[in-house]
Amino acid sequence: MNRTQPLVLGIESSCDETGVGIVRGTTLLTNTVSSSMDEHVRFGGVIPEIASRAHLDAFVPTLEQALADAGVALDDVDAIAVTSGPGLAGALMVGVCAAKALAVATGKPLYAINHLVAHVGVGLLDRKGSGQGTGTAPQLPENLGALLVSGGHTEILRINSITDDVQLLGSTIDDAAGEAYDKVARILGLGYPGGPAIDKVARTGNPKSIRFPRGLSQPKYMGTVEEPGKHRYDWSFSGLKTAVARCVEQFEARGEEIPVADIAAAFQEAVVDIISSKAVLACREHGIKDVLLGGGVAANSRLRELTGQRCASAGIRLHVPPLDLCTDNGAMVAALGAQLVMAGVEPSGIRFAPDSSMPVTSVSLPA
Amino acid sequence: MLILAIDTSAVASAALVSSEAPGSVLASFSTEDTRSHAEVLAPGIEEMLAGAGVTGKDIDALVVGVGPGPFTGLRSGIATARTLAFVWGKPLHGLVSLDAMALEVAESAAAVPEFLVATDARRKEVYWARYSLAEGRLPVLEDGPHVSFAADLPDLPAFGAGAGLYADALNAHPDFAQEQPDALYLGKFALARLVAGNALLDSTPLYLRESDAQVPGPRKRAL
Ligand SMILES: [Zn+2]
Repeated sequence: MNRTQPLVLGIESSCDETGVGIVRGTTLLTNTVSSSMDEHVRFGGVIPEIASRAHLDAFVPTLEQALADAGVALDDVDAIAVTSGPGLAGALMVGVCAAKALAVATGKPLYAINHLVAHVGVGLLDRKGSGQGTGTAPQLPENLGALLVSGGHTEILRINSITDDVQLLGSTIDDAAGEAYDKVARILGLGYPGGPAIDKVARTGNPKSIRFPRGLSQPKYMGTVEEPGKHRYDWSFSGLKTAVARCVEQFEARGEEIPVADIAAAFQEAVVDIISSKAVLACREHGIKDVLLGGGVAANSRLRELTGQRCASAGIRLHVPPLDLCTDNGAMVAALGAQLVMAGVEPSGIRFAPDSSMPVTSVSLPA
Repeated sequence: MLILAIDTSAVASAALVSSEAPGSVLASFSTEDTRSHAEVLAPGIEEMLAGAGVTGKDIDALVVGVGPGPFTGLRSGIATARTLAFVWGKPLHGLVSLDAMALEVAESAAAVPEFLVATDARRKEVYWARYSLAEGRLPVLEDGPHVSFAADLPDLPAFGAGAGLYADALNAHPDFAQEQPDALYLGKFALARLVAGNALLDSTPLYLRESDAQVPGPRKRAL
């Protein structure tokens, strides 16, 4: 196996995006994605069975497209990488079975990779022909933090080594932030996906008109630096969603018009405030000076703005990858796979099971 | 003609069948387990190919059982078969998974002119189909596949684990009360049809049930 500039094909199917990405070392060759998002619109959220059916039909065409875009043949590939978790069990299963079949048919080594750590892997990618190529391969800053916010997850990670030392500092204990956006968008009649819809409407609203609760911010959860509470860096969004529903009901009960823009703005402010404040707190208390933003909610203008401000005042550099690399995709899986190959990590083989709750301490599965 | 057959409609199984092999079967494997397809299928296929000294180049076509069967398990076989066929550049055909058991019945001493094949559809239902059988012919699918409660099936001899599970409601044949569709018979069925110049299905899964997703109704107003 070429371990210096390996050609790696990455497969992602943990939620509603079927992704195939190809990288050579740290150079991105293609990031091909087929999304089933449109099929979930009428349900107001991702339906796992619909996503799984779509993965099955999208995989081979997406693979074919990716190979064509990158101008490579399967024969040239050094290794295959696939998301083995965390994610929706039935959705993961499709990508994992396809990846294993690819490994059997080509005889190439297969790496079973952690989806969350893969989100960080995009920080190591150079775009082909982007003009940014400096001749030196991109490297992650030491002691890097990663704030991942999407419809499926909300986490703050500390990356000591992307190939073998990743730590979970905090995460949501119930809904993911993006899920809260979807549910609140439904309450407000704004459609799916909720993130962009709320972000847009919120711009015309007054975020201070209503004060929504910030989950897990009370002293009993926070504790102190010396004696941290159980949920010092954790989030909770289910109470916030309920508070929005109550608020809407109160306007209705009084027979008043619902101030949709104000509620959207106040909700968004509550989400973004608690995400950014806890993330910055976790970084400060762990000596983290660089933080990478990942996940689909990175597209949210207010999240980028407020996190950027707070990071800047705390002396932390915020790195935001291009948006198409923040959302779920195969390139991030390939990027992490390439790092594992270059670090000399052994492949996972083809006997592993997908793990819908794979912990971040497991960057790739052992053989 | 050499065919790689895969079925994961119930258990995970694969087989190499060839018109040149005695009894048509070159190699086969199957698991008892109905819930670990993603783990066992690829290693099983790899070992089977290596054991038979067969590579992708030697294979003329692939055939996959398109169900009906529990969705996640069913997809693991179809995803595997589609990917192998794509990489090897070989044609992929589909066959109703219940056809495999119909052929197994036809080749057994229990064969009758008209019968049902039933597998477990969970949720107290069975996947089933009705077949007819004439001497020296392949079984013919007359009706189905469907998903129904066992009590609603026609009154005919019933074969397969779905019949065994509801032996009180069905005329279940004891020798087949635990039988599941197997790629070995699926492959033999496909081989016989392809050699005779008959077409097969494509690899579109037969889910027979919609996803359970509910379109959310309008929010209740607080009044
Ligand atoms: Zn993700």
